Amino acid sequence: MEILTKRFENVGETLQTAVLDNGLHICVVPKKGFSSFFACFGTYYGSVMRSFDLAGVRHDTPAGVAHYLEHKMFDMPGGDNALQSMTATGADPNAFTAYDETVYYFHCTEHFEENLRTLLRFVTTPYFTAETVEKEQGIIAQEIRMYDDEPDNAVYVDLMKLLYKSHPVRDDIAGTVESIAEIDADTLYACHRAFYTPGNMCLCVAGDVDAAAICAIAEEMLGGEKGEVPQPVVYEENDAPEKLYTERVMSVSAPQFLLGAAYRPTEGDVLRERIVARLAMRLLCGTSSPLYTRLYREGILNRNFAYGTDFPANTAQLTAGGESPDPQRVYDELMGEVDRIAAEGFDPDAFERAKRASLGARLRGFEDFDSVCLTAFDAERLGYCIFDAPAVLASVTAEECRDFLVRVLTRERTALSVVRPQTHA
Amino acid sequence: MEYTRSEIQNGVWLTHIRSDKFKTACLSITLLTQLRRETAAMNALLPLVLRRGTSRYGDMEAISGRLDELYGAAIEPVVRRIGEIQCIGFFASVPEEDFLPAGADTLRGTCELMGQMLLSPNTRGGLLLPDYVDSERGKLIEMIRARLNDKLGYSINRCIEEMCCCEDYAVSRLGDEESAAAIRYQKLTKQYRSVIQSSPIEIFYCGRAEQKRVESLLRDALSTLPRGEIDYDIGTDVRLNSLEAAPREYTEPMNVTQAKLVIGWRLGEAMEEPNPAALRVFSSLLGGSTASKLFVNVREKLSLCYFASVIVDVHKGVLLAYAGTEFDNVERAKEEIFAQLAAIANGEITDEELSAARADVKSALKSAQDSQGALEGFYLSAVLDGADYSPEELGALVDEVTKDDMVAIAQGCECDMIYTLTGDGSEEDEDDEEIAEPTEEELRAFEEDEDGDPDKEI
Repeated sequence: MEILTKRFENVGETLQTAVLDNGLHICVVPKKGFSSFFACFGTYYGSVMRSFDLAGVRHDTPAGVAHYLEHKMFDMPGGDNALQSMTATGADPNAFTAYDETVYYFHCTEHFEENLRTLLRFVTTPYFTAETVEKEQGIIAQEIRMYDDEPDNAVYVDLMKLLYKSHPVRDDIAGTVESIAEIDADTLYACHRAFYTPGNMCLCVAGDVDAAAICAIAEEMLGGEKGEVPQPVVYEENDAPEKLYTERVMSVSAPQFLLGAAYRPTEGDVLRERIVARLAMRLLCGTSSPLYTRLYREGILNRNFAYGTDFPANTAQLTAGGESPDPQRVYDELMGEVDRIAAEGFDPDAFERAKRASLGARLRGFEDFDSVCLTAFDAERLGYCIFDAPAVLASVTAEECRDFLVRVLTRERTALSVVRPQTHA
Repeated sequence: MEYTRSEIQNGVWLTHIRSDKFKTACLSITLLTQLRRETAAMNALLPLVLRRGTSRYGDMEAISGRLDELYGAAIEPVVRRIGEIQCIGFFASVPEEDFLPAGADTLRGTCELMGQMLLSPNTRGGLLLPDYVDSERGKLIEMIRARLNDKLGYSINRCIEEMCCCEDYAVSRLGDEESAAAIRYQKLTKQYRSVIQSSPIEIFYCGRAEQKRVESLLRDALSTLPRGEIDYDIGTDVRLNSLEAAPREYTEPMNVTQAKLVIGWRLGEAMEEPNPAALRVFSSLLGGSTASKLFVNVREKLSLCYFASVIVDVHKGVLLAYAGTEFDNVERAKEEIFAQLAAIANGEITDEELSAARADVKSALKSAQDSQGALEGFYLSAVLDGADYSPEELGALVDEVTKDDMVAIAQGCECDMIYTLTGDGSEEDEDDEEIAEPTEEELRAFEEDEDGDPDKEI
């Protein structure tokens, strides 16, 4: 096992990486002078991997299994709970499940190595009983209900359903109150055996730490066995959406919306494409764009507006959303702005300013241990380095950004999802 | 980290923390005003209007363009409520020049622009532009109404409004819709002149620049600040007892799928000589972490909810516990929350529970030193308490917190309000819909604050 150390003087960061004999990827971002630590350990397994073959047996699992498994991983044999053991040292442990990853993490200021050992141990120790699995249903049902009442969540899931006809990113990560009722201990064991093998996992750490010590602990805790990882099902989704608009009613103060388009991410330079996507969206509708400032002035948009670039489970979306008295107008104006950009390109001065702002925003992002580690977790699978971003950004051209926007944000592919306020009779 | 605090102009205080750890510096300017129903909406509107245009950068496009030139330095209007003090101003995040191409002058540029926003707004005939005032008033009203969209935040605010109905604490940080709707540009200009002359001003900086450089840049940026008699007579009125002998109850129906329960107590005697370390440990013990009484019992043992947590306002002396449950489980959740508080009052606290709560608080205070935003909040809050300890010094006091301190705080709590947001019957025929990626920590750390930076990148 070899530890590669790369220094990025331009941003004052260092990245250390290693791959253990058991296949585990490790990323360490040393942060001298800080007393906080952040570690995340996860598997590239999430809600979309519902069907898989394990030891010659086909498994078709209910919606929401990956998330259910995440909740139950904290239970340890003998009635211990990893959440409580870590919290006892002052650490703040947590976890999340996404479409194609499940990540367990903690923040702490003391007893880092002890907590790291606990993290590695509990995530690789499945322990489920009929009783403990049953007990979690009430908790997860309330988690699902909580999201049901959030308009931001509603516009997002509705948009994904418009954009994808068959890809499982259209289905909800936590499943439904009904689907989770089908989950039992055997299902959880099978999913754990299939996907929680070191060769399908990654550990990322930020803090005043030593990479060699972390690798040694991981080797000691996880052993040398590689395990077999099921081949993921590849979902193809090429067609433009059949429907471009959807709405529902909730108790909200004003219409909430999210518009967006899906595209196939490149198989080439992933980092570059993501940087282009982000910069292109900033130029199109960022806080200093002509479009945003005009719609803000006209009362069509307010400060509750944001754009997004998301890349879950080998898919990609550009989105923009917030609150507006007239979401359709925002959609039309945005499409009109893409036409204008297609014809005129970006103002060269504005483009250079946006690149500056983007550099500053990336520096700000490097400040945050969580973002750095969680982005590194993703980058490790895709084979890029997060700290290369500023250098790549410097080489991005206005034409690249324009061509990207014009290719992705077409009228045939851009959909609009709206939550309207309930009107009382 | 080197800490200094000094008065750089009459009633203008600079808290300066020099540190090489960060890649972006933090700079905030905060005007302290007394939270009152009559002025809350006007004060909240001020930074929003001032952020629209200055005499040099006349509109949003010009300001945003200038901030882009400064490598994405961000200057956001901020309105906070700390106890019964309304804090209004600007919060800036400034990329450090060491990581930028030669010639980048981000700190000077940001100080100048912030000074202009505060002191040289875009005016006509000495009055704030009617166009900007009308536009931002509309957006303020949208923000006030939008509280409804976050059902937990809404319920917490509603509980406070009902519980403290006769106190200024009931006034939201943004004021109310009716007062906001009545604001006109002449009136707002008058309020602006008054606030700018009389409010104590707190400036916070954390970054690589030396104190002398920061002070000198700020003196230049604020050279035209008009200072009259400074109103130091601001503070938070602490009420030790509940309003009525028995807790008041308020239930509000709405089209929701999950009930939200919020219970409010007065901290009582604990507020006579508040011990900030003990109050923080108490908050963690009852509902501040995954080892807390509420998490372990209401969520893990009884499976009644996904979150059950508390907020302790050490300025006002108010404890709030909250949870989201099935409509039919509200009573059970309520009973269990009361039972857990009673357990603490009866001394049913294990050594492990107390030690986990202490460790949680110490860790939070220690990690605050790794975040400029957390430091800014900590020192502003400390100033309003008249305290001059650092997070580290407060952390050291945590070791001295005892089980008896916990018992005493719990025994002094008087329940004043039980608020429930519940279904209105319309949700029954709805199908189960979908959900997205969970962010559990956002819930645990509920804060009444601004949205994130839409341009954030990594």
